[in-house]
This record gives sequence, structure tokens and C-alpha cells, in this order.
Amino acid sequence: MKQQMTMKSIFKNTLSIVAVSSMLLFTGCIKDLDTVPIDKDVLSSAKVYADYDNYEKILAKCYAGLSLSGQQAGAGNPDIVGFDEGFSQYMRCYFYCQELTTDEAGLAWSDGTLKEFLTMSWSSANEFIRTMYYRIFFQITLCNEFILNTAPGKLDSRGFTEEQKATITEYRAEARFLRAFSYYHALDLFGNVPFVTEETGVGTYLPEQIKRPDLFAYVESELLDIVNSLPSPKANQYGRVDKACAWTLLARLYLNAKVYTGTERNTDAITYAKKVITEGGYELEDTYSHMFLADNNTAKGIIFALPYDGTTSQTYGGTTFLIAAQIGGSMQPLNDFGTTEAWWGLRVKQQLVKKFPTDNSDSRKMFYTDGHTLEMTNLFDYSNGYGSTKWKNKTSAGENGKNSKFPDTDLPIFRLADVYLMYAEAVLRGGTGGSTTDALGYVNAIREKAFGGVAGDIEASKLTLDFILDERARELWLESYRRTDLIRYGLFTGNTYVWDWKGGVLAGATTDKKYNLFPIPDADRTANPNLQQNDGY
Amino acid sequence: MEKFLKKRLFIVALCMMMSSVVFGQQVKVSGTITDATDGSALPGVNVVVKGTLTGTVTDLNGAYSISAKPEDVLVFSFIGYVPQEITVGDQTKINVALKVETKTLEEVVVIGYGTVRKADATGSVQAVDLEHFNPGAVSSPQEMIIGKMAGVQVTTGGGSPGEGATIRIRGGASLKATNDPLIVIDGVPVDTDGPTGMKNPLSTINSNDIETYTVLKDASATAIYGSRASNGVILITTKKGSSNKFTASYSGNVSISTPIKMIKPYSVSEFKEIITTKYASNPAAVALIGPYKTNWLKEIFAPAVSHDHNLSFSGGVKGLPYRVSIGYTDQNGILKTDNLKRVTGSINLSPSLLDDHLKFDINAKAMYNENFFANRGAIGAALTMDPTQPVRDYSTDYTGGYFFWRNESDMTPLYTATMNPVAQLRLRYDTSTVKRLIGNVMAEYRVHYLPDLKIKLNLGLDSSESDGKVTTAKGSPLEFSTYGISGKHNTYTESKTNSLLDLYFDYNKDFGGSRLDFVGGYSWQHFYKHNKSLDTSGDGLKLISSTDDPTEYYLVSFFGRANYVVNDKYMFTATLRDDGSSHFSKANRWGLFPSAAFGWNISKEPFFKNNIVSSLKLRLGYGVTGQQAIGNDYPYQALFTGSTVGAYYPFGTTAIQTLRPGGYDPNIKWEETSTYNAGFDYGFLNDRITGEIDAYYKYTKDLLNEIPVPAGTNFANSITTNVGNMENRGIEFSINGKIITQKDIYWEVGFNATYNENKITKLVKVKSASYAGAEDGHIAGGVGNFIQINSTDYAKRSFYVYHQVYNTEGMPIEGLYVDVNSDGEINSSDKYHFHSPDPKVFMGFSSMFKYKDLDFSFNGRINLGNYVYNNVSSSYGNYKDMANANALHNRVKSLSKTQFETNQFWSDYYMENGSFLKLDNVSVGYNFKNLLSTANVRASFTVQNLLTITKYTGLDPEIADGIDNNIYPRPRIFMLGLSVTL
Repeated sequence: MKQQMTMKSIFKNTLSIVAVSSMLLFTGCIKDLDTVPIDKDVLSSAKVYADYDNYEKILAKCYAGLSLSGQQAGAGNPDIVGFDEGFSQYMRCYFYCQELTTDEAGLAWSDGTLKEFLTMSWSSANEFIRTMYYRIFFQITLCNEFILNTAPGKLDSRGFTEEQKATITEYRAEARFLRAFSYYHALDLFGNVPFVTEETGVGTYLPEQIKRPDLFAYVESELLDIVNSLPSPKANQYGRVDKACAWTLLARLYLNAKVYTGTERNTDAITYAKKVITEGGYELEDTYSHMFLADNNTAKGIIFALPYDGTTSQTYGGTTFLIAAQIGGSMQPLNDFGTTEAWWGLRVKQQLVKKFPTDNSDSRKMFYTDGHTLEMTNLFDYSNGYGSTKWKNKTSAGENGKNSKFPDTDLPIFRLADVYLMYAEAVLRGGTGGSTTDALGYVNAIREKAFGGVAGDIEASKLTLDFILDERARELWLESYRRTDLIRYGLFTGNTYVWDWKGGVLAGATTDKKYNLFPIPDADRTANPNLQQNDGY
Repeated sequence: MEKFLKKRLFIVALCMMMSSVVFGQQVKVSGTITDATDGSALPGVNVVVKGTLTGTVTDLNGAYSISAKPEDVLVFSFIGYVPQEITVGDQTKINVALKVETKTLEEVVVIGYGTVRKADATGSVQAVDLEHFNPGAVSSPQEMIIGKMAGVQVTTGGGSPGEGATIRIRGGASLKATNDPLIVIDGVPVDTDGPTGMKNPLSTINSNDIETYTVLKDASATAIYGSRASNGVILITTKKGSSNKFTASYSGNVSISTPIKMIKPYSVSEFKEIITTKYASNPAAVALIGPYKTNWLKEIFAPAVSHDHNLSFSGGVKGLPYRVSIGYTDQNGILKTDNLKRVTGSINLSPSLLDDHLKFDINAKAMYNENFFANRGAIGAALTMDPTQPVRDYSTDYTGGYFFWRNESDMTPLYTATMNPVAQLRLRYDTSTVKRLIGNVMAEYRVHYLPDLKIKLNLGLDSSESDGKVTTAKGSPLEFSTYGISGKHNTYTESKTNSLLDLYFDYNKDFGGSRLDFVGGYSWQHFYKHNKSLDTSGDGLKLISSTDDPTEYYLVSFFGRANYVVNDKYMFTATLRDDGSSHFSKANRWGLFPSAAFGWNISKEPFFKNNIVSSLKLRLGYGVTGQQAIGNDYPYQALFTGSTVGAYYPFGTTAIQTLRPGGYDPNIKWEETSTYNAGFDYGFLNDRITGEIDAYYKYTKDLLNEIPVPAGTNFANSITTNVGNMENRGIEFSINGKIITQKDIYWEVGFNATYNENKITKLVKVKSASYAGAEDGHIAGGVGNFIQINSTDYAKRSFYVYHQVYNTEGMPIEGLYVDVNSDGEINSSDKYHFHSPDPKVFMGFSSMFKYKDLDFSFNGRINLGNYVYNNVSSSYGNYKDMANANALHNRVKSLSKTQFETNQFWSDYYMENGSFLKLDNVSVGYNFKNLLSTANVRASFTVQNLLTITKYTGLDPEIADGIDNNIYPRPRIFMLGLSVTL
């Protein structure tokens, strides 16, 4: 009996222990489900904006979205997923769109749908176009988030000092510039795109599509609105934008206005080009090649460049791509280019080569011919078409960059020579406020640097629109200007001007005018039913 | 129950009384043994006096004669029959009718949080036990069940020691989330990812410690595991100490692995001819041809010897059953330098206290693993390395004494050229050590005064530490581009701790023929993982990159199951599981997963009188399971991630770390799979032939899928969210027959077949005619190229290719494809959906034959309709780049059949039907019964990977994702095994 009692009490005790402990356990454990990241490099949204130091880091990301591909050195934690990270870098995608589609460049890789760029036959399924598109909108979304969270009302609640608030407000203007810059790319490449601002926010909603002329107006108004909030030319840190960047972008926007809106805005183009020229305080670089070397941060004539650094800022896009893709064949990677990377890809087309004098009087003619043919008979044969030696990871003193894989060479985005040529073109297109004399002077100034003297100077009679277009090719080749230029001149599609492999044949063939715009990628149309496809696709 | 006990007591008492009467006298006992089913005589039946070595065997007429004392017990045993024990007493003639063993019906199978009589099981549950495991599995326990079960497809990753395997149960229910089944070892659900630094998470377990594999296939069986059960559950039960009898056993083997087949690159003479003719215009290239004749494949592959030893002890000390085992494995791969060394240990204790009211089951399995991972890059390199160059070259620096292509000007290694495969093996040291402990303590308290109720507490731990190091030798050119000649030094560590607490009760009431079983409880799991890596130059001075990423998540669940069996005929099961996952926000955190099943033992019905069909059971089941295993542990939270050094952005002269907001879906929730299952368990001829037929339909909705976001609305181009539906439907059939159960001869055969069809029925939010789908399946060659696609109305990962055009001679015309959409242009819109890599039908077959002490068995498989992309032929299928001014490259011989100048990656020419028949293993064994008095010695000889019949032109068509990209060749293994049991 006694034993039974004991047993019973054991049983009772056990039951109550089990009951009590499980109650504690359950409630405790259910709370476990409220996890937050334990990685110190991962921060929640609320925490991030409470700390003043983070604002600079997020702004840095808005810039790095243009220059790098993700959060890990080289590659490893990409911004854009589902695609090779190196390929997905912003300026590398932009290069494909702006150069491979034109008379300037070929790429010998049989990867994916690259060939569709070279033969002007892309479809809305093209993954490189898709990646460019999502790059642009990743960038815009980044900027929107930062702009939203740096609104004056929001800052007030966070207890920052006036000085801190002022700095953040400066950051905000830069973010708005960067957003306008990416919207400019969207305007130029895709035309009619989903439209999102800081007011539409982040979430699961479906953006409306904006028409190309309306987008033009938006980019214009944004730039005009912020230009005075940006630091004076050269007053900002290297690698950050200033007023001159906004002026240059405005000039470019106006020069191409007819393509975007149907209305010429050449006078406005002259206005802003002139601002850069007269108020910017920039000079042309004496040695053309210096602007594409590892120490091009010291080169003159660059208004804004995306900075790269072999130690701190590495990517497989940007100048790493430009330098390495050029190299192959009998070139000496380390000796001649300061890199060990040789990607056997990039060559130039004969149409570009032929724009230069046959002799070597023009220092901008930087081709590699040993083992190469002039004609690009086989698109995928690296030896078909001349090589390029424009981009290098060597300093002007001949030293190699810090890292033999990732260059120190910065990527020029805005250059004075481009502004000169825009000025001249706008004048020739009938814009007012400038003069042909100045135009001729600017063009010859560029050519004097190129020829190392007056040997290349032209007379006023030679200063035609066609000359400007060719001069732009000579000055800005492989700098991602070409497609926009050819479209402005009405030469990109159709058969007025053909080049190797345009339209899918070596001799070049007529192409449909739909190719003046890239298609809205299928991927986004599966996500957003508000989007209409561009005409012809 | 009570009645039965009384009866037994009475018999015992009676026997004791009788034995006291006739104690001590030897009498001659004789009789005939017959088959209880048909009355035929059974020759070869063992008749032994229990507890002695005295015995005899029945003759051809089933007759025997033996001397025994009245108190002796005679044991009549014959393989395939239920043994009988009869006390001699005063009998001199004992005739026995032996019943065929109907093990399948009496068997108890392990299910989630308990066991069930196989006869009472309502779900699709299949078990493979010790006797039926494939022989020869050493460090990849998955190999033990390859081809053994319908609906279960196991594909090894290749032929490396300790190679991992992909297990797919009924086709896989998920798209972007894992398709791996949940694996539960002795009640501890383990992490399917396993530790880094080892190829196979299951190699933690020594194959010799495994008692059974039980696979839960349909939702009525798996739903009790709710959250992680959409892709089936595999329960692994290890051996336990069972009796008081001490047993010691040793088993070991020595094996030699030999390469079977090699892809053929061009021979030296063919290579020279191509270079001299194709590149006649490039004398610099032709001049690079060397005077050597190197067979690069022979330089990197060689037969490899491995050995494996296991020792185990089991028994009981003062009523405490125990089993202890220790194993040592040293395996070499056929790719030179590839090595795995493993020490495993396991302990099982099952103490019982308080008159069996409190039982413990304590398991611990520990493993120490040392790997040397051979550089697999060498396999592809051996195909493209110029055969006219030497292996060694001591003439320059930077090359570690090996031949390398170099830039002529500065003699730096030309790393875009193929690198010497032998140097790739010898100059790169990729090693890891992994320690892992899986253990649990299961306490079961049978409540006093309520013995039908048990309360169980299971505390489990799965913990691992990985330590890896990848270095390239100083002066080695392998990592020249990033690290220069100082070489590379990479270290990585991972520590993982997964903890488990289950607390549940089990109420079991038997009403004689009817049974009621309730299980209900609570489960808590925590998964913690911390990965670190550090990349520096070989001298450690230059930091390239470093990562440090701890992460964790929790699962909390409540579950219940009711099982009710009426008159042994009608079975009802219902389960319910409520799962909470920290992966989801509070609003979406909990998922409720129900299931219901019904079983009907038709053969127990009075109307069912059938001499041929001996058992028949119908099973019907329906259930819902969930999926939450996505790579990111915080997918619903808005988070910022800092960049690592090297991904900074310079502001002026200061490099600024960047902070990136990540894409997220605040509304992400559980993926749900509904499964319908209908099946029969059948038995013929007194259950000498048994098997199962099942038909299933699985429908997954709210797929955890990575889809494009509306551009501009999130910090990513695509996010993981719940969009899409997918279905799997299939039929499974299995049959197992004991064909011969005669004197000295026993023959059992098994066969199973599975038909599965997978289809994505919805993929994106807005259906768009022009959108083909999400690309998948990275291929070798070029950068960032895919060959597969997930599209609506097609099987997942269908191949997506161009339709090749051929000339009149049947040669593919380079770059010419069919304009599938007839728009006059050949572009990416002209790709079409080819077949999927998954087989339409897969089958397994096995045979076990015994003659006296000799046994012979084989196992094989047939896969039908699995398509393979021959990526070896496509990536090495171009004349272009065979030669340039700096280097020469070889190509595979299949190039002659296409003569493509440039790679044509997406030509459907490279799609091949990979259907195959494989004889996986053939084994012969012999039991030496009288070699040592009390020992059982068995010697065996096994050949693995004996035969493959296929039309596939590549090396091996058995590839999980269907992309043949230099698979590590599966070797033929000859294995000599010895086991001794005392």
C-alpha cells in the first residue's frame, strides 16, 4: 500500500513536472520563432537609418551599383541573380547594348544570346537585355529607398545634428542624380518603362508604364531640380558627382531630345554644354591614352569616372572586362596590359578602323593587328577583326596596377571631349547660343591632342554633322556612346549605313526600325501586366 | 492476452512435471516434416536439439531421426519458414508442418514518432532490411538502397570515395526549395545539407551500423513530419544491443576500383594532323607541336585500393543491453590523390528501470573524417591538354616542375590555356577534416497504473565541425591570375549545431483484434550554422577575401495521430501537424498539415476465400505537407548587407563599405503539397509472393519559387516567393517472390518499377505567351550559360534547345537551326522544349540465391526515357581555339562527327537518350560454418558496377540533373569481404 502511494505520488509528480515544464517550454519556444539575423554584417532596416554612419554607406551602394556587381570582392554575393555575376555588372551590360550592336565592336564569345547583339536580331527573351533592364531598375530602387529615407521629415525624427542633416541632404541630391542617370539609360534603351519613385515605395504593387516623352520630362525636371544642390565642379570627392555631371547629362538629354520626344532641343544642349566648358574649369588631357590607364584618376578631361581599385573595388565587369576582353592572341597580358587576364573576346570592326587615317598620325588609333585580319569573317574567331589596346591596367609611367587581375583603371563616364563634340553637333543642328567658330575650335582642340599638333586640324568647311559622327567614333570608341549616336543620326537601323554582320550577314543588311529600342524583357511582363511591349516586338 | 499467458504457464508447468518423470533417458525421435500449405515433404530441414550442437537434416522425403532426451526441445528450421520448437516429452514420433514465413504481415515498421504493425499500416511505407541491402556500400550509405524501392530514385554524384547521392522520392515536389527527403536517424531529423567539407552528409553513418531503411512516401505517412516532409521521409534505424548474449563481430573488406571507360580525345597522330591541316596558315601555332606522346587520362586515373574494417560488440551487462561499434575506412579514388579516411564509432544503450516503466534509448554516432579532394578540373583538362607535350618541365620558374603553357614574352603562365592536369592534381592540396556527432536520448515512461499510456521525451543533437584548407603550392601557376606565384591559401570552417526536443505521449489500447493508438506531442528544433572563410595569398600576407556568416532558424511543431484498427480489418489513421517556422512572418508563420487514411484488409473478410491470393490490403490516403527549406533564413525581413573588402566604393581616397538593402517578400509563406495515394499490398501463394501497387498524385501549390519581380518594386531582379503550381503523378509497382525454398536451395527475386510524370502548371503571376520560363542548369563552356528551363506545362528542368538542321549526308550544319516560330529570324525565341532529365520509368531488380552455404546475388536497375545533354561533346566540340600563337588544345573525338568550328551549345544534336540498364552489383558469398567452433565466418566477393547497357555515347548516362559535364567516372569495384561473428 505504501509502495502504491509512492508510485502514485511519483506518477503525480511526474505528470505535474511534465505539465509545468512543457507549458514553460511551449511559450518559450514559440517566441524562438521571432528570429533576427545574428550576422553582424546584416542589419534590419530600422537599425540602419538610425545610425548616421550608415547613410554614407548606402549612398556608396548607390554608386557601387554602377561600378560593382555585388557585396563580395570580385563576385560572390550578386545584386542581380540568375545570371553570371560578371556579366551582370551595370557598365558591362551597358557596353554590350551600346557597342556590340554597332559598327565599332565584336565579341568572340558564343555565350548565350550575345550573338543577337552583333547581328541585330534580339528578342524580348534575350538575357543580356533582361539583365541590363533589371540593373537599371535595381539602381533606381536603391536610390528610391535612400531618397525616401532621407526626406527632411524623416531625418528630423532621428535626432541628427544640423550638420549631419546637411550632409545627408547633399547625399540625397546625389542619389537623385544617380536615379536620373539610370532613368536616362532606361529612356535611351527601353523608352517606355515602369515608373517608380520614392513615393511609390517598395512592396508588392504593380508600377505603371511611363511613355518615353513623359520620362524625358521627368529626367529633365529632376536634373534641373537638383543641379543647384550638387557641389560645384571638382568640389566633390573623386568618384562622386557634381554640377558638371548634371550639366553634361542635360546636354546629352537635349541633344537626343528629338529621338526621345520628337522635338529638337539643341539650344538647350548648347546651354548646358557651354556651362561645362566655361564654368567647369576642365581641360583636355594631353595624352589620349592616359585616360584609359591605371592612373587615369590623374588624367585631365574626365568630368566623372567610376573608380576602380585592385584592392578595394573589384568586379568582373567595368574596366576589368574592358581590359581583359581585349586581350588574346599574341598580346602580352602582363607586359603590355598589366593584367594576367586574357579573355579572347573584344575586337573592333573594319568600319571603325577605316575612320582613322591609314597612317599612325592619330594617337587614338590603338589597334592590335599582329595575327588579326581586318575583316570579321567569323564572328567567333578572335583573330578576325583587329584587337584593341585602348584599356590597360598600367600607369602612364609604365608600372602595372596593384592587382594583376582587377585593375586600378577607372571608367570615364563623362568626358570634356564629349561635351565639346556635343556642343559642335548642337550648333550644326541649328541650336542657338553657340557659334560655329567655337565649334570648330573645340573639334580642333580635340584633334590637336590626338595628333600631337595641328596636323589633324580641319577647316570650317569640313565641319559637318557626318564629320562629327565619325569624330565621335574616333574619340569615344569603346566608351559606350555609339548606339545612341547612330540612332540620333538615323543610321542604326535600316540600310542607309550597314556594317559587318548587321542584320546577320557579313556584308551587313537592312534591319527593322524596331531595333532602335530594346524590347521590354518578357520576365517583367510576367510580373507586371501593366507593361505594353515596345512596337515591333 | 491474459488467457494466453495462463495457457503458457500451464504448459510450462506441465512440461516440468513430465520432465521430472522421464529425466535423463535418451530416446530416438523420428518423423516427417511437411509444408503446411500443401502437405508436401520438405527435405533439408534442420532439426537441432536446442542449446546443443546435436542435429540432423531431413532427407528427400522429409524424414528425420534423432536421439534426444524427453526434456530436450527440438528446433525445426528451414529458410523461408517459421521455425518451430517442440519439447520431446514422451513422444517418439514428431511430425511437423512448417508454415511459410509470412514476415511481411507480422513485421513492425518504423513510422514517425513510433512504430506500426506492417499489417496495420495505412500509408505507403516501405522498408529495406539488413538482408536486402546492396552489398559493397562503404562510405555512401545511400548506395545500400539503390534500386530497392519503387518510387525512390537514388543517383550517386559520381565515382569518388564518399560521393554524395541525390535521393528523389516520387519525383520531387519543389522547384527552388530543396527536393531532398527528410532523413531521420534513430529519431533525430538530420540536416540534409550536411556539413561542408564532405561530399556525403550520410557518410556520417557507418553502413555496417544500419539495421533498416524505412521510406515514408505518401502524405498519410509523412504528414506527421509536416514541415519537412513534402519530399518523403527516410527513417534510418541503427542496430541495437538486444539480448544478454555477447556477440562480437568483425567485418571488413579490401577493394580495388578500376576505371571502366574513358572519353576519347584525339590521339597524338590525329591531333597533329588536325593542327597541321586546320592551322596551316598559322605556322607559329604548328610550331608549338611537341615531340612527346602523353596520354593525359592515363596520367590522372589509376586503379585504387581501399579497405574498410568494422568491429562491433553487443550484448547485455546486468540487464543493460548495449551495442558498441567502431569502423575505419580508407578509400582511394581512381582520380589520383583522391582519398577519404574515416573513423566512425557508435554506442547504443537501452537501459530499463522501474520494472520496465522507464526505458531509455541512448544513441551516439560519432565520425571523424579526413578528406583529400582531388582537383576534378583535371578530368576535363586531360581531354583538352595537348598530347604532344610532356608532363614535366623543369626549365622555368613559376611552374612547380610541370609543363605549362606560357606567355612567350615574360614566361608567365598562360592561365586561359588548359593547365597541366597532372599539376592540377599535384600542386593543389584540398583537404578537410570533419567531425560530426549525432546523438539522442529517448526516455519513455510507461505510466504506472495506466500502462497503455507512454510519455516520451527525445532530446537530440546533430553537431558538426568542419575545417577545410585549400592551398596551391608556392610557385604554382594554378592560381596565378589572382594570387601570383605566391600561391593561394584558403581556409574555411563551419560549425553546425542542430538541437531537437520532442515531447509526446503514446496511448495504445488493444481490444483483441481492434486497436487504438493515439500519439500527440510537441517538437522543437533549432538549426545553427556558422561559416567562415579566409582567402589569402600563399604566404598569408595578402588578404583576398573573408566571410563570416552565422545564421539560424527554428521550427516549433505540435502534432497528433490517431490510429484505429477494427477487427484487424479496417484501419483508420488521421494526423495533424501544426508547424511554425521562423522563416516566415508572424502572419504566415504557422502551417496546418492534416492527413487521413483508410486501410482495408480484404483478405481477412469471410467472403474472401482464395487459395492463390493469400493476402490483400487496400490503402487510401490523402494528406498535406509543407516546405520551408529555402537558402535564406530571413526571407520576409528587410535587411541590409554590408560588403566585404574588395567590394567597397572609393569616395576620394577612402574606400567606403557599402550597405545594400536585400530583396524580400514580407508575405512569404509555406509551400503546400497535397498527396493522394491509393494502393494495394498483396500476397500470393501463402505470401511467397508479395508486393505493392500504388498510384499517386501530388499537387504542390504556392511553390517557393524564384520569380522576376515587377521591376522597380524590390531590391532584386527576382525574389523567392510563393508563386506557381506543380504536379507529380505516378504509379509504383513492386513484387518480391521466394521462388525456390527447397532443400539446400533458396532463391528470392525482387522487382520494382515506377512511372512518374512531372509538370509545372503555373510559374509566374501573369501568363505571357512570349515568356518561355526561368532558365536553369548551368553548363560547362562559355560563361553563365544554361541548357534547361522551367516552363509552364512542361516538366521541371526540361532541356531548352535549338532544333539542329542536317545536310543530306546527315551531318549537322553549323549554326543552322529550324526557325521554330517562323518569324524569319533565328534567335532565342526559336528554342524549344526538349525532354526532361528525369526518367519516365525506372526499375530495380534483384536476385538472391543460396545453395547450402554458398550464396549468390545481384542487383540492377533500368532507367527509361532519361535524357542527357552531352556537355563533354558540346564544350569540347569546336576546332576554333584548338591552336593559337601561345597554346594548343586537344578535343574529343566526337568532334569529327559534327566538325563544328565554334561551340554550338544549344544544338539538340547534343541531346541524347540516356536510357540504361545497369548491373550494379554481383556478389558471391560462402559461410564457413565449421571453421571455428562457435564462430560464423563468411567470405564474399562483390563486383560493383559490372555492366551498363546504353546507347548514350558519353561516359555514363546516370546523371541526376541530366547534364554530363565531366562526371567523376564511376569505377568498377572488386571487393573481397570477410566477416566473423562470435
